[in-house]
Amino acid sequence: MSSQPEPGTEPGSGRPDVLVHRFRSFDFPFQASFRDHFTILDPWTDSPDEPADAFLARRAGGARALVCVGPTPLPADTLRLLPSLQVVIGTSAGVDHIDLRECRRRGIAVTNAGAAFAEDAADYAVALLLDVLRRMSAADRYLREGLWLKNGNYPLGFKLGGKRVGIVGLGNIGSHVAKRLQPFGCDIAYNSRSKKPSCPFPYYASIHDLASNSDVLILCCALTEETHHVINREVMTVLGDRGVIINVGRGSLIDEKELVQSLLQGELGGAGLDVFEDEPNMPKELFGLDNVVLSPHRAVITPESFEAMRELTISNLKAFFSNEPLSCLVQHK
Amino acid sequence: MDAIGVLMTCPMFAYLEQELEKRFKLYRFWDFPSQRQFFKSHSGSIRAVVGNTKLGADSALIDALPRLEIVASYSVGLDKIDLGKYEEKGIRVTNTPEVLTDDVADIAIALMLGVLRKFCGCDAFVRGGKWKGGDFGFTTKFSGKSIGIVGLGRIGSAIAKRAEAFNCPISYYSRSEKPHVHYKYYPNPVALARHCRILVVACALTEETRHIIGREVMDALGPEGVLINVGRGAHVDEPALISALLEGRLGGAGLDVFENEPEVAEELLRMDNVVLLPHVGSDTVETCEAMADLVVANLEAHFTGKPLLTPVV
Repeated sequence: MSSQPEPGTEPGSGRPDVLVHRFRSFDFPFQASFRDHFTILDPWTDSPDEPADAFLARRAGGARALVCVGPTPLPADTLRLLPSLQVVIGTSAGVDHIDLRECRRRGIAVTNAGAAFAEDAADYAVALLLDVLRRMSAADRYLREGLWLKNGNYPLGFKLGGKRVGIVGLGNIGSHVAKRLQPFGCDIAYNSRSKKPSCPFPYYASIHDLASNSDVLILCCALTEETHHVINREVMTVLGDRGVIINVGRGSLIDEKELVQSLLQGELGGAGLDVFEDEPNMPKELFGLDNVVLSPHRAVITPESFEAMRELTISNLKAFFSNEPLSCLVQHK
Repeated sequence: MDAIGVLMTCPMFAYLEQELEKRFKLYRFWDFPSQRQFFKSHSGSIRAVVGNTKLGADSALIDALPRLEIVASYSVGLDKIDLGKYEEKGIRVTNTPEVLTDDVADIAIALMLGVLRKFCGCDAFVRGGKWKGGDFGFTTKFSGKSIGIVGLGRIGSAIAKRAEAFNCPISYYSRSEKPHVHYKYYPNPVALARHCRILVVACALTEETRHIIGREVMDALGPEGVLINVGRGAHVDEPALISALLEGRLGGAGLDVFENEPEVAEELLRMDNVVLLPHVGSDTVETCEAMADLVVANLEAHFTGKPLLTPVV
């Protein structure tokens, strides 16, 4: 047993350094529970008048672990100030704000919180689909504006049962979506980076083929260079004028300008969108459409998901410092 | 068959009118300014009535149509139909069960998601331009929440099947315990409400089930509890519901039906912990066409001497 303190631990405390990386305005309310096990370094609370980079260079050189409060960007420039860094624990499902290439180059492991949020994200995707097809937000609006009394019944919506649902990305979230939609009588198919051998649903190697055999597309995949604007005009055309797109992934999975045009021209049947290319800005042209449901990036904002994320973060940090296997490792291709 | 007179009580669905007109002589009740005049001129020609839950075929109508043989209801609910009288007079009655089970079950789950995840409120938030000013805030997870079903018939069972895929534990209240069912049974609605987070009404409206959800049930459901109604407005004591919501004794409600449609209480219109739908439970193109096809098929079967597809009487 060494009498020297581990690099990256406060002398005598036995609590290793963990850097919390966040926008100044982002709350990380779990710090209290983390301090029982770790020494938390946070430039905004520890040294608010010092530029963050200076703090990192001065104080975080020994930190082996970093908690990246999503979606605070973690670029190569910041990573270079952290020579001891070995793991980045992401607190969101997406990791497109983290320079994965630089992490791969440095041998830094990256984990995300996908598993913590997967059920809520899947529930929300199903909710958006039900809303679009059954026109719920539009009908609720209609009723509250007094139009049921004035104009009679709200026009008919569309049945969910019997719809062919194409899931783009059959990871945690996508699998949960598939499980939920089956008893509604939907036919499930999917596209993913690779076919899943144990999966009973039909696999399509291209999004184009998936779209031509689907009535609904649900986007549950990560945003990467390959998936940027993967839903383009061609895919929307093939999906058709009764086709519906649900997005609980990232706004840039869809070519938003083309989406707006397709919807306005009636070339696409409807859309349920929780994410946009330039949040919180969003295309106001959609406000007049009853077959579109808009949501301010809320799919996983529940106390239950946040608690699960807190537990997952602590558990991964403990595992890392005990040399045990990490959960939710982001696999590099 | 096009000489057979069929009376439609009120506008329901254009497709249904078209299909009836292809096969029968269709009389649209609402086209005649004087009901008395209509009966005087045409009562002898009417051998069938197509009604719905808004305007069924009541005693007065039966008495006015001496040649009435069959009433085909464009609905599954029969609360506006005097069944006893039909049986007495040997008049056949059909409804449209099964075809709308899925749609109503879908709306029940959608309302549960709606109250907990507040996506209707989120949509209004975005459309109102409020996103730039700040975040919408937290909503409540749906998966895993316990659900109590009042009435485990076709629709109740379909709701249970869907909710199970969200890992929701299911319990129920019914007139009697159902054998071969693996959900937990409670002998009365209050006990059920005490043991679940979300209570959904999916039973038929009868003398016994009128106001089956009253203050006691709502108090048992509690400040975190959610009431979903896809049955009939009369299942719920609406003034009691409004007080319970205003006073925070009940957490939220998802309602597709109201006691006095299309009137909805002002207080409800202002609440953000409720989702309000204008009785759209089975209002999909696919289901309405299927219901219409069933009405037509039942009438055709009757008038060609074949067995009715979905007889009630």
